Amino acid sequence: MFGLDKKDTMLLLLVAALTALAPFLLNPFPEGSALAQFNAGYPDLMQRFVIFGIFAIGFNILFGLTGYLSFGHAAFLGVGSYAAVWMFKLLSMNVLPAIVLAVVMSGLFALLIGYVSLRRSGIYFSILTLAFAQMMFALAYSVLTPITGGETGLQLALDDPRILDGGVETGGNIPVPGLFGMEMRDSVQLELGAWVFTFNFGYYFAAVVMLIAFYIAIRIFRSPFGMMLRAIKANQQRLNYTGLNTRPYTLAAFVISGMYAGLAGALMASMDPLAGAERMFWTASGEVVLMTILGGVGTLIGPILGAGAIKYMENIISKINSDILHNWFAFLPDGLEDLLVTLVYPFIGKGWHLTLGIIFMLVVIFLPGGLVEGGQRVARLFKSKKTDSSAAKPQTEPGE
Amino acid sequence: MSKTNLTRRGLLRSGAVAGAGVALPTIFTGSSVAAFTNEPTGSTVTLGFNVPQTGPYADEGADELRAYELAVEHLNGGGDGGMLNTFSSKALNGSGILGKKVQYVTGDTQTKSDAARASAKSMIEKDGAVMITGGSSSGVAVAVQALCQEAGVIFMAGLTHSNDTTGKDKRANGFRHFFNSYMSGAALAPILAKNYGTDRKAYHLTADYNWGYTTEEAIRNSTEAMGWETVAAVKTPLTQTDFSSYIAPVLQSGADVLVLNHYGGNMVNSLTNAVQFGLREKVVNGKNFEIVVPLYSRLMAKGAGANVKGIYGSTNWHWSLQDEGTKAFVKSFGTKYGFPPSQAAHTCYVQALLYADAVQRAGSFNPCAVVEALEGFEFDGMGNGKTLYRAEDHQCFKDVLVVRGKENPTSEFDLLEIVEITPVEQVTYDASIFGGQLGTCNPGA
Repeated sequence: MFGLDKKDTMLLLLVAALTALAPFLLNPFPEGSALAQFNAGYPDLMQRFVIFGIFAIGFNILFGLTGYLSFGHAAFLGVGSYAAVWMFKLLSMNVLPAIVLAVVMSGLFALLIGYVSLRRSGIYFSILTLAFAQMMFALAYSVLTPITGGETGLQLALDDPRILDGGVETGGNIPVPGLFGMEMRDSVQLELGAWVFTFNFGYYFAAVVMLIAFYIAIRIFRSPFGMMLRAIKANQQRLNYTGLNTRPYTLAAFVISGMYAGLAGALMASMDPLAGAERMFWTASGEVVLMTILGGVGTLIGPILGAGAIKYMENIISKINSDILHNWFAFLPDGLEDLLVTLVYPFIGKGWHLTLGIIFMLVVIFLPGGLVEGGQRVARLFKSKKTDSSAAKPQTEPGE
Repeated sequence: MSKTNLTRRGLLRSGAVAGAGVALPTIFTGSSVAAFTNEPTGSTVTLGFNVPQTGPYADEGADELRAYELAVEHLNGGGDGGMLNTFSSKALNGSGILGKKVQYVTGDTQTKSDAARASAKSMIEKDGAVMITGGSSSGVAVAVQALCQEAGVIFMAGLTHSNDTTGKDKRANGFRHFFNSYMSGAALAPILAKNYGTDRKAYHLTADYNWGYTTEEAIRNSTEAMGWETVAAVKTPLTQTDFSSYIAPVLQSGADVLVLNHYGGNMVNSLTNAVQFGLREKVVNGKNFEIVVPLYSRLMAKGAGANVKGIYGSTNWHWSLQDEGTKAFVKSFGTKYGFPPSQAAHTCYVQALLYADAVQRAGSFNPCAVVEALEGFEFDGMGNGKTLYRAEDHQCFKDVLVVRGKENPTSEFDLLEIVEITPVEQVTYDASIFGGQLGTCNPGA
């Protein structure tokens, strides 16, 4: 289907099914129960899952295929957000022009930064991209305050021109981003017994964009261009000696992944029309590296899983406070309860970074291929069992 | 053979899907059913406390959270009631808000706009919070305030000092109790003139972000108005930890006053550097060299240690005030936690109570009713004397404290002494001078 082989089609359909059913899958616990704390099926977090999925897919095209580790990818995310918010301010609250401009702008920035940074490889490339990203962060934070809003971020205002929407009475409230009249924040709720499922238009819009982005990524992975990128990762020197100029290929990969980041930035701004400079800080760049490695470098679905895992912990684990812990362990005797709370407390709430660090270390040490490798191992476990059982059946193949 | 099996299952499945499809319109409840966002229907109401638990302002955040927990306790009738006993409005009676028990959820702003909005959004969308409050930086306050306006919930700002929060970026659903840069300038200037004279040359070191700009502007305007000259204003990166290279040029500039428009860790480091360079022993232009810190907090004074002695600054509130409200609050906070509250804790506690009171008086959690109840509301007994929530920009107007680092502190909390309580008339300004539009209240849904 769509020029994909059977396996990739299955993968695409699987991702499509997962994203479509996310409101159910992420809300497994009934409302009001103690475990509802772990529900992640609210619009904001689901949007984040797919948006950071796009960001990580794009990053993986560069890092997974060419092996170039960019430490400044958040800069393109920021450029995309700023471009999108400016489009909201100047042109229209429709998200399409915003997304187009964001992708174009981040592509241009990626071209410029990539052209300079890709003259070096390895650690020097990483440091160069990091330097560029920090430079852009510093500019956005202070020097370019008139364009970026500085520390407070770029915001919409009531008196923005919004040329295309001109004359629309806003009634004292700033209009919200939408797609031809459908607002990104529109939601319907489905109540089934004790369960409440929320279907959000913004989420489904972002999910469709992610599926398109994912499809393009599959095509790139399977194309001759993707093969060339893999060759660069395997041995760039040898390619150079055969008389091939690798730089156009790496630059193309860099620009493509920059545009993915810009797309993610635009979607972030569409869901929540504010662009802040922190989005470009180096920790944000590091986060996407973590996502990709956690999920599985160079795999198709890995970055999406990694993005989901990190965003889940950031938003769910970090919100468990000591009161909730005390509630959980309330059935235990007082001394034991306090002891357990003291033991668990450093790993939840504001200590979620610690949990993330431990999981990251475990994954890197025991599952170098990331969560995808973990999944493959489990699958292999089942498969080998199956072959065992089939081995017991009478064999029809000819003997050796 | 297996084909019949499959068909039967398929039939069942499609039947179930069709059934669900038919049932859909009846079980889908659009969010438009409720009158406003997160209308509390049960016996409880959920408030969202969004404070920095990690990052540079984690100390302030921890103190804010303590204050909120205390406020919830008092609202639900626990503890000694704190300021409920001294508050001029007697609508609250310790039975929660409108008879609903107050519950709360917490979140970490990380002092980043994005993280703060994500946290606030999850409180609104997942936990059903009807009001968001807290924060310890203006960037976060402005960002979360805009979010609350869009979502249709009330935002009660925590510690935010930039003019923008209720100036350029004001929103109808947002309210600020804390004072701002303009008030700091207006309160400090006369004291500086009285103590240091009117022919001083000032050198500004300004944190290179929004709050730094508005504070520098406010101090410059008010000191220049009384005759001071501004020699130079240098921006310093927010992430700077060593200010030596910025302090050295100060002496060559011929300035005799150094104004540190820094907050938190920035201020602790720059002040320490300045004192280490011996600036305070210098005599320039025949006058003693002086240092001024426009926004003081007890937590900062603690960080800078002995270096704050004799240095002037302004603050929103201090626990050593002697009015009834302050005494009641310090007493119940001290009983619960064992030390006096910071100004961040005070403003957050007061904000929580003011919100609860407004809901009680309005008789509804509807944001528009709450806005109406808070606009132009005059109250007393909350530690700052007579206070007005101005309707035009949702900013509180009250007395401002000018403080000085104490020469002989008696404890680690007793670091600042109050020099003057600047009356509210002196710090009041016209609501239109910072621009921005309030818009109309948004009940969401």
